[in-house]
Amino acid sequence: MNETTVQLNDKTARTHILQDLQHQAAIASKVYVQRDYNSGTICKFQTKFPSELESRVDKQQFEETMQTLNNLYAEAEKIGGKSYLEGCLACMTAYTIFLCMETHYEKVLKKIARFIKEQNEKIYAPLGLLLTDPIERGLRVVEITIFEDRSIGFGR
Amino acid sequence: MNNCEYQQIDPQALSTPIPTPTLPQPTVVVEKEKREKARKKWEVFPGKNRFYCDGRIIVAGQSGVLPLTIGLILVTTGLFFVFDCPFLVKHLTVFIPAIGGVLFVFVVISLLQTSFTDPGILPRATPDEAADIERQIDSSGSSSYRPPPRTKEVMINQQVVKLKYCFTCKMFRPPRTSHCSLCDNCVERFDHHCPWVGNCVGKRNYRFFYTFIVSLSFLTAFIFGCVATHLALRAQGGRGLMFALQESPLVICFFSVWSILGLSGFHTYLVASNLTTNEDIKGSWSGKSGAEDTVNPYSYNTIITNCCSVLCGPMPPSLIDRRGFVPVEASSQTSATEMELPMLPVKKETNVVGGPALSQLPPHFTLTLPYSVSVQNV
Repeated sequence: MNETTVQLNDKTARTHILQDLQHQAAIASKVYVQRDYNSGTICKFQTKFPSELESRVDKQQFEETMQTLNNLYAEAEKIGGKSYLEGCLACMTAYTIFLCMETHYEKVLKKIARFIKEQNEKIYAPLGLLLTDPIERGLRVVEITIFEDRSIGFGR
Repeated sequence: MNNCEYQQIDPQALSTPIPTPTLPQPTVVVEKEKREKARKKWEVFPGKNRFYCDGRIIVAGQSGVLPLTIGLILVTTGLFFVFDCPFLVKHLTVFIPAIGGVLFVFVVISLLQTSFTDPGILPRATPDEAADIERQIDSSGSSSYRPPPRTKEVMINQQVVKLKYCFTCKMFRPPRTSHCSLCDNCVERFDHHCPWVGNCVGKRNYRFFYTFIVSLSFLTAFIFGCVATHLALRAQGGRGLMFALQESPLVICFFSVWSILGLSGFHTYLVASNLTTNEDIKGSWSGKSGAEDTVNPYSYNTIITNCCSVLCGPMPPSLIDRRGFVPVEASSQTSATEMELPMLPVKKETNVVGGPALSQLPPHFTLTLPYSVSVQNV
């Protein structure tokens, strides 16, 4: 559905289209949710609801998304039996297994990427928001891009 | 209005002008520019690191004395195998070269991994992020005479930790992160920049570094012991250059074993108390700098748990994504502004539509035209 192109032969109509093209897809702003270091250096994001999103999305929905994201990162960084086994095995093979095996962390990161994509598709894109996977920002922030709703722009 | 045909605009094609039969050139030029500009992220990396094998291998800007380290290890072990092993195999046991071989393999592999792995470099903040942080700093309220303080305080395990702002990377450094001036990067859980290894030692390669120094101390001690045994077992002495060459591993090992053993011991202490060299030297948690009782908030308070978490914890991923492609939005921006659109001036913002999957947005966020196009006042 997004692949078709507009072609107008009429010159005046083309002028109108180009004028409106200038005003479309303007990214209104970006909101950044910073890391929460109160529990140490583990990867955890603040669940506080940013004020800029108040008009766009339900507070509880947003906090639920952030909490699930934090839980996923906690799962990736969990220190327990399985991670010790992986670590010891890696040590015994002089860490060469990292060359052929995907680490537990990487597996969870893929899970997180799928989760964010799903959240974007189901909840945030219809509201004109897009969450960026934190790994693309060095696990520093969750970047939320707010797109402006320009559905009333035609006919100047 | 009966001579117009309408179809929906593809937002991805916004950076190219609307194709008309009279201007076929511009679209071709833009596509070529896009293809030429698709570079990998390591090529535009802002730090002082160098990359090999298409971004797979990363080393610090200055390789330090890494060649010397490799050379010393190879020469010493080589001489040991050539001169001492035959004698010792004959007189003692065949396990001697086997053990030596295993240790040597461990040393070399862990050395290469320490040198060539990303130590935990934090990518620099994007311009939007940096602007957002600046806004927050400015709005945090301060007098107009002094610049606002660039520190943030967080509470970790009932301990106040100060986060400093990094002017190079334009972000507040996470706890335990430090900026290495030699590599010009912020590194997570920064331990130190090791010239012997030619790289920073940080969160991701600390376990390799520890394996390296521990196995190297075993190797040097082993070679020292074997060569000393060889000398002792060989009744006659020897003279001349050949003798000196044969016994040089002894000398090299004698001088290096103390420092390497000392270093291993020091790092074992650091691992057991979950400290970094940086923190130990600065005395962050030993109460030297503060009046109150400062304890290490990151320690798990048991030696075993500390050791396990540092050495056997999950392997964190590399955050700098060396082999990914630089996003095309920057290049499409510049190429769009170079386009000739004869009718109207093109603003830069119109074409910034890259980033996360734009196709996920419902159409009314990307088009101003409603679906049923009806051109008025023609």
